Amino acid sequence: MRKEYLTVENIVGPLMLVEDVRGVAYAEIAEILMPDGSVRHGQVLEVHEDKALVQVFEGTSGLTPGAARVKFLGKGLQIGLSPDIVGRMFDGFGRTIDGGPPVIPERYADVNGVPINPEARDYPTEFIQTGISTIDVLNTLVRGQKLPIFSAAGLPHPRLAAQIARQARVLKTGEQFAVVFAAMGITFEESDFFMREFEKTGALERAVLFINLANDPPIERIAVPKLALTAAEYLAYELGMHILVILTDMTNYCEALREISAARKEVPSRRGYPGYLYTDLSMIYERAGRIKGRGGSITQMPILSMPEDDKTHPIPDLTGYITEGQILLSRPLFNEGIYPPVDVLPSLSRLKDRGTGEGKTREDHAGVMNQLYAAYARGRSAKEIAVVLGESALSETDRLYVQFSGRFEREFIAQGEGENREIAAALDLGWRLLGMLPKGELKRIKEAYIEKYYPGA
Amino acid sequence: MNERKARGEIVKVSGPLVVARGLGDTRMYEMVRVGEMGLYGEVIEIRGDRFSIQVYEETGGIGPGQPVSPTGAPLTVDLGPGLIASIFDGVQRPLDRLKAEYGDFVVRGADAPSIDRGRKWHFTPRRKRGDRVAAGDILGVIPETPVIEHRVMVPPGWEGTIASIAEGDYAVEEPVAVIGTAGGERPLTLLVKWPVRTPRPVARRLAPVEPLVTGQRVLDTLFPIVKGGTACVPGPFGSGKTVVQHQLAKWADADLIVYVGCGERGNEMTEVLIEFPELADPRSGRPLIERTVLVANTSNMPVAAREASVFTGITMAEYYRDMGYSVALMADSTSRWAEAMREMSGRLEEMPGEEGFPAYLASRLASFYERAGRSVCLGSDGREGSLSVIGAVSPPGGDLSEPVVQATLRVVKVFWGLDDKLAGQRHFPAINWLSSYSLYGDAVDRTCGEKVNRYWAKNRQEAMAILKREAELEELVRLVGMDALSAQDRLLLEAAKMIREDFLHQNAYDPVDTYTSLPKQFRILRLILGFYHWAYGAIAAGAELDEILRLPVRDEISRAKGVPEEEVEALDRLAERARAAVEGLKPSGERS
Repeated sequence: MRKEYLTVENIVGPLMLVEDVRGVAYAEIAEILMPDGSVRHGQVLEVHEDKALVQVFEGTSGLTPGAARVKFLGKGLQIGLSPDIVGRMFDGFGRTIDGGPPVIPERYADVNGVPINPEARDYPTEFIQTGISTIDVLNTLVRGQKLPIFSAAGLPHPRLAAQIARQARVLKTGEQFAVVFAAMGITFEESDFFMREFEKTGALERAVLFINLANDPPIERIAVPKLALTAAEYLAYELGMHILVILTDMTNYCEALREISAARKEVPSRRGYPGYLYTDLSMIYERAGRIKGRGGSITQMPILSMPEDDKTHPIPDLTGYITEGQILLSRPLFNEGIYPPVDVLPSLSRLKDRGTGEGKTREDHAGVMNQLYAAYARGRSAKEIAVVLGESALSETDRLYVQFSGRFEREFIAQGEGENREIAAALDLGWRLLGMLPKGELKRIKEAYIEKYYPGA
Repeated sequence: MNERKARGEIVKVSGPLVVARGLGDTRMYEMVRVGEMGLYGEVIEIRGDRFSIQVYEETGGIGPGQPVSPTGAPLTVDLGPGLIASIFDGVQRPLDRLKAEYGDFVVRGADAPSIDRGRKWHFTPRRKRGDRVAAGDILGVIPETPVIEHRVMVPPGWEGTIASIAEGDYAVEEPVAVIGTAGGERPLTLLVKWPVRTPRPVARRLAPVEPLVTGQRVLDTLFPIVKGGTACVPGPFGSGKTVVQHQLAKWADADLIVYVGCGERGNEMTEVLIEFPELADPRSGRPLIERTVLVANTSNMPVAAREASVFTGITMAEYYRDMGYSVALMADSTSRWAEAMREMSGRLEEMPGEEGFPAYLASRLASFYERAGRSVCLGSDGREGSLSVIGAVSPPGGDLSEPVVQATLRVVKVFWGLDDKLAGQRHFPAINWLSSYSLYGDAVDRTCGEKVNRYWAKNRQEAMAILKREAELEELVRLVGMDALSAQDRLLLEAAKMIREDFLHQNAYDPVDTYTSLPKQFRILRLILGFYHWAYGAIAAGAELDEILRLPVRDEISRAKGVPEEEVEALDRLAERARAAVEGLKPSGERS
């Protein structure tokens, strides 16, 4: 029988200080028995002699020093795992909330995970076709990658993420695929949108959902990505499934982290976020990957909203330093009615070079990608000059580039929400647009491919 | 390590920081074993009887009352044959052997000797019995890899007469020689230990002069680094820091590379592990891994070990420098290292400096970079070694005014500023030619003027002048439009564009373009500048600019960087063709 403490001393924000404890360890989980018989959970953030600082997942409202009984469980936060978790829905503490029976676990796993030995990692090279040209051609996603969507309030990131989850496939068949979906502090409507999307395509039966809505306790959000990734690791590395993890919205997660940091009176770094935000985020994002000799993979697609559309805000900034690229959504494009409004120039996939080319996509892929980028960048800057000085100030070639970039936005970037463009078709479309430019302008493509693919060649 | 009796007790645990009491005479920076699991930690603060310890592994499950025991030694690394081609974590645990013993994940408490204790190495003596030797003298050699000869040195502080020495196969802990010193006979093993926070001594330091050739055109030609120099590569995410670092690790003409992945992506280290055994060193033709030591403390590995990783790396680098090699160390990224310091400092409740970084940030960074240099090594043969350090910096939001960049710029001599805009235009390496600088330019001009071509410096200066003028003209074009420019100015803009696109732009993933030798760099740039001069002359003689720009030979110039190294002479013939084509456009009376 574990000891119960009645010695809650201070309560500050989401934290409480328990005194006169013995044998309590760092990161241990505590159960808090409320006077009305309900149970809350907490985790030890710091132990100092006989004092334990506990963060309460469900929040501290209604807690009174002296009235709550605290029991330390002698273990860290764990999740029960079994193949039956597929198709189920859990809350931010890992309890089922879909009305079904509880999952009977085969085993428990610590949610913090253990870093993959770099020596054991397998480099991601398998091309994932999402059917979205701005991703497939320009920012190629590969299995085991972590590629976030940088979005902002009012932009259609849920639609894009759902379309990717619906269309993503590897040019091989017969593999087990599942989605792990972690919602942190999003609205009911947004979560409901994803549910309906998954349901429509039958993905719900092969999805594991962890839901913490905007009105759920914010501190619970801290555990959600860790629970989700522990489930994903189990499915990928033990059951050999290919997992796409969607984490939305990471901004809410970081804000919960900041709340705890502020309550602990830690020295803040940028914008009040704790100095360890980078380390904390990397413990989440680095759990994507593949392991040599194991069948499965974890591909991560975190979604975050940039406050004030600002890419240099600490959350997108630190995320970009950890993830292998980013898909940036653009408000001006969205306002022009272009879906998906992917801002091509600052978007990037770092692993594209290993996932593209002959045998994976097509031999001319790299050249087409670089040329489209360069041409679009030139068209855009020429357009800016034209805005100031008028179209007449442009050279003939620059005018061609302006036309090119306009068509590129309307025909290449834009596509229907239900449109699943095959990679070959997308590359051909790229060539049709590049055909607007004289051959001599195509400096980023090998001559042999220009001969082969240039329209009319 | 001699275990002492003192046994402390944990009083506080807060993340990677553990406070203990009762550790008696344990010293600053001494290693201790923490908790029932015996996790390694290092003492970083002592206040009376309270010892603050940074722990190199996750501290979940550790609590007050658990034991702490000192090891009696500071954080040291193993030095000896077997380091090359290995991959270590931040405290020099060998990741390949950890994988073999503990599986695919780095679990807590995992431990294995850094250097394989069982492997035998063939030792050939270079000195004989009765020779008088002092610190740094080479006693014998071991073929560590086909490209690196491991030189077994008399450790710093030793002096005496060789009592015995013999050729044979030895494991690293077996003595290969016995030295009779003033303090008695001391056996000398291949394995030596060295505390990571103490620089290894040299006889004398020298000013660095010889260029470190990287094969990257923008670096070698415009902003060169020298053997023994220091450089930093700051840039926002996505600007290509890691690709630059990888390119340097692949192609820099150092004898040995130490690559420290400090708080960065796991997949990037995997990429190195996959590529380096396959890629051949352009000079020796052997796999690059045979001259590479890897330290990988990825961002999700414990933060305290990240703090130690750069010291672990540089100590190994110094060890090979002491043998007389030119060593280059890449640290990616020093910002993550600084952040690890900030995290520990915050947990120690120290008074913060700028942006929460500790007040000693600048001095720590300086003491790290200052371990670079060209020096005369210890030992009677007066051999020279060099250690170049190239640190990536990841400033938040790409803001170069932040403390880590600013503190770094005060100590490094070369600044390769990566630019978000260039990266957005897919101009790689996205090194901004207007803001970057190298303080080694003069030294390199002298050397390259002798070794490559006497016009090396002139070429470089002219290219820089054109690029600077381009920036000014672009301002003007933005205001008044292209039409307002003279034909000469428009030609200059075209020349600048050629320099940017046909020379500075370099594709790291193209098998030919990824590396360019100095003679080829010189030829391409001379070709472009030549074209500019001839065209300038032709315009003065009445030729039309637009006709010059339409010349098909320009396409050939733009593909000059794709000419294989063996065929560089083709570039001279191309220059002749270009000249003839341009001159052919002069109005007939003017042709020479």
